[in-house]
Amino acid sequence: MSSSALKTFPGGLHPPDSKQATAGKPIELSPLPVELILPLSQHIGAPAEACVEVGEFVLKGQMIGRAKGFVSVPIHASTSGEVIAVEPRIHPSGRLLPSIVIKPDGEESWCELFPADPEKLTAAELIERILQAGIVGMGGATFPTHVKLSPPDDKPIDTLILNGVECEPFLTADHRLMLEAPKQILAGINILRKILQVEKTWIGIEANKPDAIALLQELCAGTGIEVVPLAVKYPQGAEKQLILALTGREVPSGSLPMEVGVVVQNVATAAAIATAVIEGKPLVDRVGTISGPLIKKPKNLRFHCGTPLQHLVDLCGGIEHPPAKILAGGPMMGQTQLTLEAPATRGTSGLLLFAKEDLPLRPQTPCIRCGRCVQVCPAGLLPTTIAAYVRLDLIEAAEQTSAMDCIECGCCSYSCPAAIPLVQSLRQAKGMILEKRRGA
Amino acid sequence: MLASIVTLGLIGLLAACALGFAAKKFHVEIDPREQALLDILPGANCGACGYPGCAGYAKGVVASGSIADICPPGGQTVMQKVAKIMDLAPVTANPQISVVICQGDNKKAVQKYNYLGLTDCRAAQKLADGPKTCPAGCLGLGTCAMICPFGAIEMTPDSLAVIDRKKCTGCGKCVKACPRFVIKLTPLDATTHVLCNSHDKGALVRKYCQVGCIACQICKKTAPGAYEIENMLASVVYDQHREADQAVDKCPTHCIRNFASGYPDGSRFAAPTVPIKKTKAA
Ligand code: SF4
Ligand code: SF4
Ligand code: SF4
Ligand code: SF4
Repeated sequence: MSSSALKTFPGGLHPPDSKQATAGKPIELSPLPVELILPLSQHIGAPAEACVEVGEFVLKGQMIGRAKGFVSVPIHASTSGEVIAVEPRIHPSGRLLPSIVIKPDGEESWCELFPADPEKLTAAELIERILQAGIVGMGGATFPTHVKLSPPDDKPIDTLILNGVECEPFLTADHRLMLEAPKQILAGINILRKILQVEKTWIGIEANKPDAIALLQELCAGTGIEVVPLAVKYPQGAEKQLILALTGREVPSGSLPMEVGVVVQNVATAAAIATAVIEGKPLVDRVGTISGPLIKKPKNLRFHCGTPLQHLVDLCGGIEHPPAKILAGGPMMGQTQLTLEAPATRGTSGLLLFAKEDLPLRPQTPCIRCGRCVQVCPAGLLPTTIAAYVRLDLIEAAEQTSAMDCIECGCCSYSCPAAIPLVQSLRQAKGMILEKRRGA
Repeated sequence: MLASIVTLGLIGLLAACALGFAAKKFHVEIDPREQALLDILPGANCGACGYPGCAGYAKGVVASGSIADICPPGGQTVMQKVAKIMDLAPVTANPQISVVICQGDNKKAVQKYNYLGLTDCRAAQKLADGPKTCPAGCLGLGTCAMICPFGAIEMTPDSLAVIDRKKCTGCGKCVKACPRFVIKLTPLDATTHVLCNSHDKGALVRKYCQVGCIACQICKKTAPGAYEIENMLASVVYDQHREADQAVDKCPTHCIRNFASGYPDGSRFAAPTVPIKKTKAA
């Protein structure tokens, strides 16, 4: 492979990519489910506050949850219909969290929309439209986009990076979107460029998607946007790793990309931004890959936010046996689901179902000090050491060993022959360090 | 050979002189009461007093000249000695003891998913609020047992935390560490407890646990003053704990236990007939 010549980052690994089942399948539209469950928390930050009542009729795109605070976004009805419940429902996190349940009327009637010409809007107006549309990072992190686009004045941004890497195995949603809606993505990029006034714009795509690279390169010719093929390696799409690969800049420990003058946005987010600004439509649907060995007909589906996972499974041929593992997102960083009753939300980039035989479950044994976790860690940490600190409740030692720099990519757990829950240990360390800092 | 012996000897001598000099020069005068306090404190450095360890407590007490902050593990005996050293009136330290108010081990309570991660209740609690269907029961991964500075907590083979009434000093560290809030500090002489922490309705509790409180009111009817039922969960009114024993055999789900007649199933602790008063921690 010529991957040695391609740009990349240190560490990482090569899980089987398992994308062939859906890479060639065009995006299909999911029909409406019987009910839509819209959690008020579909993003990182403060949950929205419900502003509709049971029995109320809502239109598609109507705001049904108000943003609460700066790091928060509004929630919108993803179709027209009746609000049949405002109550705690099972959330992708496995908890019961406040949600708005809508019974669709099947009409898909939009609320009044206000299309606009991005050329005529100021940066502040553009950001306001992005906030009002409830746009969040669609790669899975669901961080409110307007926050990322409003860096403090002392942090000048000179580079915009579009993340089209999609390094998680199985997932092909971004790949299909780049092939099927490249103009939409470019329109979004132009809006982002206008807001940030950057000198340089890159689109990073893993070299395993040559068709998307060629298409975007052709469309970007003469626009100043550079499309760069990247080495196929997990986690190439992680923010800091992507920045390092493309710009050679290293985000310092404990800081955000803006520290080195960079903003990273996912390609699907860019497309959603274009829809929001130009057509005035909020984020009410998204594309996700429904796949995994248990799924009979794997697909890339554009579904309404709030669609129960079971509905998506049924659209892909249903399943014969109850799954042993349900994952929302990719296999490396996705979230295990308790049940298919949970809804797919703004951050659901995929739904993967596995049978027991597909899971490489091994009993946990003591660390054999092979050093593989250290070798693969893209953040340059010592996962096994930090895990030991966590076992011994030595939180200060974990903090001093840079546990906070962990990006939770899962490379350490993936490669550990002793099946030690390393990434969970790191997460635990991070949680306890934050707790300690809050208390201190 | 001789040269090296002489050199080493000289180095040793020099270092000894330097150390001796430093000890004299940098000698810190400490209040003799501080040392006296240190001698009688339990020496567990558990921090339950609110100071960093026993030395911190001794220093704090001497500096403030007050014994408002008590040493819970030391209990009444130690506090009396502290008062004597400080020449103050003794404060009452109501002796307390921690109790895990749950008996839903892995045989008796249902799990909602198969947990394979870290052996730490705090980590498990972060995954969909823990693997147990019951939202409040003991997760059995032993975070409290790891934290307890007195080695007072054992995990039963079916993963239930049980606290040794002889060893627990009531320091309360486990109470703070448990992510399920299923450990309570209770008066030492109260031996009868409702061992359930779930506020769910009875019908729901029955679905996930064989020994959960279903708020049927029988305990309260049997010994009216000794029980109260709040939000679907019974508890002993500790001022009147002596009558509570009458209801132990009446509870249909057997979630009331008098520790005087034994510990929860699977525990290796011997049944204490009377609560043992603690003095100095061993
Ligand atoms: S990969 Fe696992 S066994 Fe190897 S050093 Fe890391 S923790 Fe230990
Ligand atoms: S119902 Fe009560 S006894 Fe049973 S697991 Fe829950 S807290 Fe424990
Ligand atoms: S009492 Fe709390 S900390 Fe102890 S094992 Fe049970 S859940 Fe874990
Ligand atoms: S069981 Fe709890 S209260 Fe008792 S000594 Fe141990 S940590 Fe302290």
